[in-house]
Amino acid sequence: MTVQSKLPLTAAETALVDQFGAQFGSLPGNAEVVKLRDRAIQAIKENGLPTRRVEAWHYTDLRRLLATLPGYVPSGEAQDLERIVDAAARLVLRNGKVSATESVEQLTVNSMSDALRADVSGVSMNDHGIHDATGLINSAFVTDGFVINVESGAKIAKPVEMQSLHDGGQVHVRNSVTIGEGASVTVFDRHAGSDTEVLETAVTELKLRKGAEALWVTIQETGDAATHLSQMNVTLEEDAKLTLFIVNLSGKVIRQEINGDVVGEGADLTFRAVNLIGDDAHCDITLSLGHLVPNTTSTETVRNVVTGKAQGVFQGQIRVGRIAQKTDAQMACNTLLLSDDAGFSTKPELEIFADDVVCAHGATVAEIDEDHLFYLMARGISEKTARGLLIKAFVTEIVEELENEPLIEALEARIDRWLEVHA
Amino acid sequence: MLEIKNLHARIAEDGTEIIRGLNLSVKAGEVAAIMGPNGSGKSTLSYILAGRDDYEVTEGDILYNGESILDMDPAERAAAGIFLAFQYPMEIPGVATMQFLKVAMNEQRKAHGQDELTTPDFIRLVKEAAGSLDISMEMLKRPLNVGFSGGEKKRAEILQMKLLEPKLCVLDETDSGLDIDALKIVSDGVNSLRSPDRATIVITHYQRLLDYIVPDTVHVLSKGRIVKTGDKSLAHELEANGYADIINEAA
Ligand SMILES: Nc1ncnc2c1ncn2[C@@H]1O[C@H](COP(=O)(O)OP(=O)(O)OP(=O)(O)O)[C@@H](O)[C@H]1O
Ligand SMILES: [Mg+2]
Repeated sequence: MTVQSKLPLTAAETALVDQFGAQFGSLPGNAEVVKLRDRAIQAIKENGLPTRRVEAWHYTDLRRLLATLPGYVPSGEAQDLERIVDAAARLVLRNGKVSATESVEQLTVNSMSDALRADVSGVSMNDHGIHDATGLINSAFVTDGFVINVESGAKIAKPVEMQSLHDGGQVHVRNSVTIGEGASVTVFDRHAGSDTEVLETAVTELKLRKGAEALWVTIQETGDAATHLSQMNVTLEEDAKLTLFIVNLSGKVIRQEINGDVVGEGADLTFRAVNLIGDDAHCDITLSLGHLVPNTTSTETVRNVVTGKAQGVFQGQIRVGRIAQKTDAQMACNTLLLSDDAGFSTKPELEIFADDVVCAHGATVAEIDEDHLFYLMARGISEKTARGLLIKAFVTEIVEELENEPLIEALEARIDRWLEVHA
Repeated sequence: MLEIKNLHARIAEDGTEIIRGLNLSVKAGEVAAIMGPNGSGKSTLSYILAGRDDYEVTEGDILYNGESILDMDPAERAAAGIFLAFQYPMEIPGVATMQFLKVAMNEQRKAHGQDELTTPDFIRLVKEAAGSLDISMEMLKRPLNVGFSGGEKKRAEILQMKLLEPKLCVLDETDSGLDIDALKIVSDGVNSLRSPDRATIVITHYQRLLDYIVPDTVHVLSKGRIVKTGDKSLAHELEANGYADIINEAA
């Protein structure tokens, strides 16, 4: 990199470097982790946060969107979160530290801070290169998280509910979840907090061993001044089945990266996302999925409702390796735009190196159908309610695929609340 | 109850005038039939009554119980008692029919200052009305009108009408697409709502429907105007001779 092409560091970039200097001594980690933290902050110092010139960040100019940084310590107060479904066992992180762990049979839970100190195997802190802002910031600052192992063969009926709660300031958490051979589990991954400014980074390594099955539901409902940068690195082994469901309900700057590698034959990823984006929020889901062996399948369906001055992004990259014959991947991104100032950018990308595959992608952007609206109103349904019904119909089609009544109800209640404010 | 005075209306998008000086009055308790050639503006008139904003009224007025409804949106008109049974009911994916019925009934109740229906009361009302129209509860679990046959859609319109108990019912070719038995069932449904404080406008091409729903007045619509008004014998005359004579006579 030449010196001339470097931009001066922004206030946020400088603050990251300074805060690292101040916090470094109190962050958990053995010698190896210390080295990784150091390397990460050096990369940020050298390269700054990514701008739209970096392809992966083209629609989310992080340097501009994260121009200043909230202070390091909490500045507000968040309420405890009720379980999203009554039956769930809670694993709670508050301001980036483990604060509650309810036990679940056949599932072991350790804290990430212990793991970082003790060099627990299976915990990696590899980033994805110099533009991996989420990975780098997280590696530099990570304080805690959960290391979860589901025993082989365990069929865990009780859903596990991870909560990352913040009271403002900065939160950097990292989870590592391994689902053993033939095991099955449902995980809720919730992010919420106070309305004060916050930067949250959350990185999750998720491995499904041979024949494992999981339903993973991420519910992002942070405050309206939150910057939430998350990354999931997912590996699916032979015959593993993962349903990964993301619901975005709030936040100011949201970027969620999903890096998936399907490395075992017969594996399937069902990816669904519902993004409700209002006011001046910016919400970006960036998925990169590699089908790397023969006979694997995936479907990706993203439904967006965008209003106010909000901007949404979906980048969906599907990579089919040379030997990955009989891959079947179906991607669709549908957007309902509710205002003239709202926008949505979709970038599908198929990189196919095998010849016997079925891959498709489609994207639509539409407004509310005026004829449908008229029909409902002609029955006495007020415009606001009628719009709400139509918007809800658009997203609940996806939510109802979950086939879990209490969860569907909980999500629909949140969607209703969003519609009351934004429809 | 309904007084349409010198109504002129055009398509908002391109300005084409469809309704050209239309006068019509319908009294409480009356059943008025509107007949007329394809493209004469019957459905357009029904949409304008319901408040569809694809059309712009450029002249004249529509009085409902003595007051102009032109500034009311479709939901307000519906809450005031105006109901349109569509010639082509729309399919609305993702909105369950039962949910739609419940929201519609409760929104209207709310507008009238009544309490919301309890779920058992709601179910009971729907079951009764559906039963009388030979509609299965299975069908009502499906998304609104989606995949309903032509006849099922028309029955579903009358079901909505029965549940919402409007004061001014406008039926746009409710008979088209109905088999003979369904025609009888649907007509019985409409007749069951006949009352001294309710008016009905029946738009149809066929005398047959008017054997079941016997009109008090018959109006011929041509090129956006009512060109002739008579009693039920006018419908027989049209059935026998077609529109040509009447339209020429008016021109
Ligand atoms: N939104 C629209 N855009 C373009 N043309 C329209 C629109 N609405 C109505 N028209 C035209 O206005 C005329 C009247 O249409 P309308 O549907 O009211 O006729 P109708 O009397 O109901 O006919 P039918 O007996 O075939 O149902 C037709 O020529 C139709 O094509
Ligand atoms: Mg018509």
